[in-house]
Amino acid sequence: MTPAIRVKGTGRKAIINARLLDPAAQTDSTGGILIENSKIIDCGAKVTRDNLPKDCEIVDAAGACLAPGLVDMRAQLRDPGFEHQETIETAGRSAAAGGITTIIALPNTDPVIDDVAGVEFIARRARKVGLAKVFAYGAVSKGIEGGEITEMGLLHQAGAVAFCDGVKTIASARLLRQALSYSTFFDGMIVQHPEEPELSKGAAMNSGELATRLGLSGVSPLAEVMQIERDLRLVEMTGGRLHFAHISTGESVEIIRKAKKRGLKVTCDTAPFYFALNENAVSDYRTFAKLSPPLRSEDDRQAIVAGLADGTIDAIASDHNPQDVDSKRLPFAQAAAGGVGFETLLPITLELYHNGHMSMLDVITKLTTAPAGLVRIKGAGTLEIGTAADLVLFDPDRPWKIDPYQFESKSKNSPFDGRLTQGRVLRTIIDGREVFADPSVVEGA
Amino acid sequence: MGPAADHYPHPHLLGIEGLTPGEITLILDRAQHYAEKNRTADKTSNILAGATVVNLFYENSTRTLTSFELAAKRLGAMVINMTVGTSSVKKGETLIDTAMTLNAMNPDALVVRHGDSGAVKLLSEKVNCAVLNAGDGRHEHPTQALLDALTIRRHKGRLHRLNVAICGDIAHSRVARSNILLLNTMGSRVRLVAPPTLIPSKIDRMGVEIFHDMEEGLKDCDIVMMLRLQLERMEGSFIPSVREYFHFHGLDRAKLANAKPDALIMHPGPMNCGVEIDSEVADDVERSVIREQVEMGVAVRMAALELLVQNHRQLGGQA
Repeated sequence: MTPAIRVKGTGRKAIINARLLDPAAQTDSTGGILIENSKIIDCGAKVTRDNLPKDCEIVDAAGACLAPGLVDMRAQLRDPGFEHQETIETAGRSAAAGGITTIIALPNTDPVIDDVAGVEFIARRARKVGLAKVFAYGAVSKGIEGGEITEMGLLHQAGAVAFCDGVKTIASARLLRQALSYSTFFDGMIVQHPEEPELSKGAAMNSGELATRLGLSGVSPLAEVMQIERDLRLVEMTGGRLHFAHISTGESVEIIRKAKKRGLKVTCDTAPFYFALNENAVSDYRTFAKLSPPLRSEDDRQAIVAGLADGTIDAIASDHNPQDVDSKRLPFAQAAAGGVGFETLLPITLELYHNGHMSMLDVITKLTTAPAGLVRIKGAGTLEIGTAADLVLFDPDRPWKIDPYQFESKSKNSPFDGRLTQGRVLRTIIDGREVFADPSVVEGA
Repeated sequence: MGPAADHYPHPHLLGIEGLTPGEITLILDRAQHYAEKNRTADKTSNILAGATVVNLFYENSTRTLTSFELAAKRLGAMVINMTVGTSSVKKGETLIDTAMTLNAMNPDALVVRHGDSGAVKLLSEKVNCAVLNAGDGRHEHPTQALLDALTIRRHKGRLHRLNVAICGDIAHSRVARSNILLLNTMGSRVRLVAPPTLIPSKIDRMGVEIFHDMEEGLKDCDIVMMLRLQLERMEGSFIPSVREYFHFHGLDRAKLANAKPDALIMHPGPMNCGVEIDSEVADDVERSVIREQVEMGVAVRMAALELLVQNHRQLGGQA
């Protein structure tokens, strides 16, 4: 893989002969897009080679899919503090290679993003790198220690798009109640990692037959379900907006489905790990498949697919969690949890389309408009004229074998290592600038 | 059970899982040979002369370490014991780093005990000598199951169609897992008897029956295998008290009366007398084979080391 290509955006550029996927307008049609500087200035069937201005740079998509750049609402960039695992720059390259143009970063860095300076630092560094638009979650509690709430209003004003305590559960009912209640005054959203901490203490994988056979401590799916059930009561009490991250069990889907029907302000996402893998990936003590929450049973996996298809699960996030070799090359119980996710987000999610569970447009919606709407980022996840030209061009059918050592991410810990998949990003464009181009496309151009 | 295999085909002995009845029988037959030899004046051979066996123990275990050491020495191998306290080293890094270092010294076999399930397998992937699992976390302890099987076979003459009750701390026991796998493979029926907190999730899918009541669980059993209560591995309240545990789940004469009159009493040791077993029962020379288990341990480990090292030599060091 060649380094990401950065072309200074000048003049007009058009991408023609594409399958246009606009989840905001719910259209799946043939046509092109005309970009001027950083904005989309025209879009649709009328954008053809014959109708373009003379000074326009033209890319012929040859029927490939053109969609809004992906919006990843849950990723760890590990910068500041863990730069040996990932930096904003390597994360940017990785995101660009994965077709992601907007990232929402978790606040569990070192220092924790629990003050205005932290939010501004992330935004400033990301702007300088210029490979992806990076927003930050603010921490719910100071130092993500679960005690006092942060200056949520000021963090929100500084650009924090929502609040969470990173990979920690907001365990204190009092703290969550206060955060939910307080954030209503600026319509903030709290994101919960749903895992009852006492019940899941020391666990390495999903409880059940496989954990018993492998002699590993298991966490019952109930730990997730119980946390969600408790939190829903607090949503009811406070009227706050709560989002459950990376849900992984069938029962979680069911409870959230019912809560939505009751009109609660509750949403959720999941990650490709949970609809494309089950706990069998852990067999042979494969630490790359050690994730948090752990991979679940096949029944749970199928329930997650069903939850995505019927709309209970609002969005799909990469849950990008880069770990260095030494954190994974350990006995299973000691190994760190997490998998890198940027560069497999689109192809693995496209399996939902290839397997007939969802339409192409619905798949793209879960990766773009839906997360952008949840974190209230205007202008993302749409091909509307006048919005920023953040785009991904991809071939949904191109087969490839996932090889993490080809990833742009600094870390290589993918549970999808060696998986045969279908769908490849060809080009990624941010504000009209090309930040990634598949080398074979460039060579062929 | 089916005919014994004519050779041991695996590069390592990481667990009972994956072994066929024939392969188990092969190890036991060879162990039986050593069991007899070990009762004679001439206990030693030079079958592993020139071989180096490294005992790498990340958990303290005087009994198992001594058993392996004796086994290797009786076969004429050179033995090095390395006991690595987990508290004194940075976990994990040391496992692989130590493995690589030892590997560079060209041992023929590594005998490894580690507190984490799967650690021995991880290590086996990094070395090119034979690796023998001497217990990993709560996963497997294959030589313990093999020595139990040899002891049972010597007394009952077979390993099939026996009712075996494994009682006690199943949740934290690698011995239980290896025994379940072995006894099921050989055609016996296994029951687990323990309070619900000490029965791991979905273990019934390993083909065992679950009992919480000792009297019911021991009914008509041929073998009563007691396990040590591993208080050091427990986090939280698994049992209310040792006193209550002994009352309901400790093996005493009254509970044992439910088993067959000729039922064998077994325990992998070390025993907590008055916790999981009454000393009167443990010391019953008519029925307790606990001391014989220790004796068979050396024989089984001799057999395993011989088969693995010879296999490794035949594979030209490409284990």
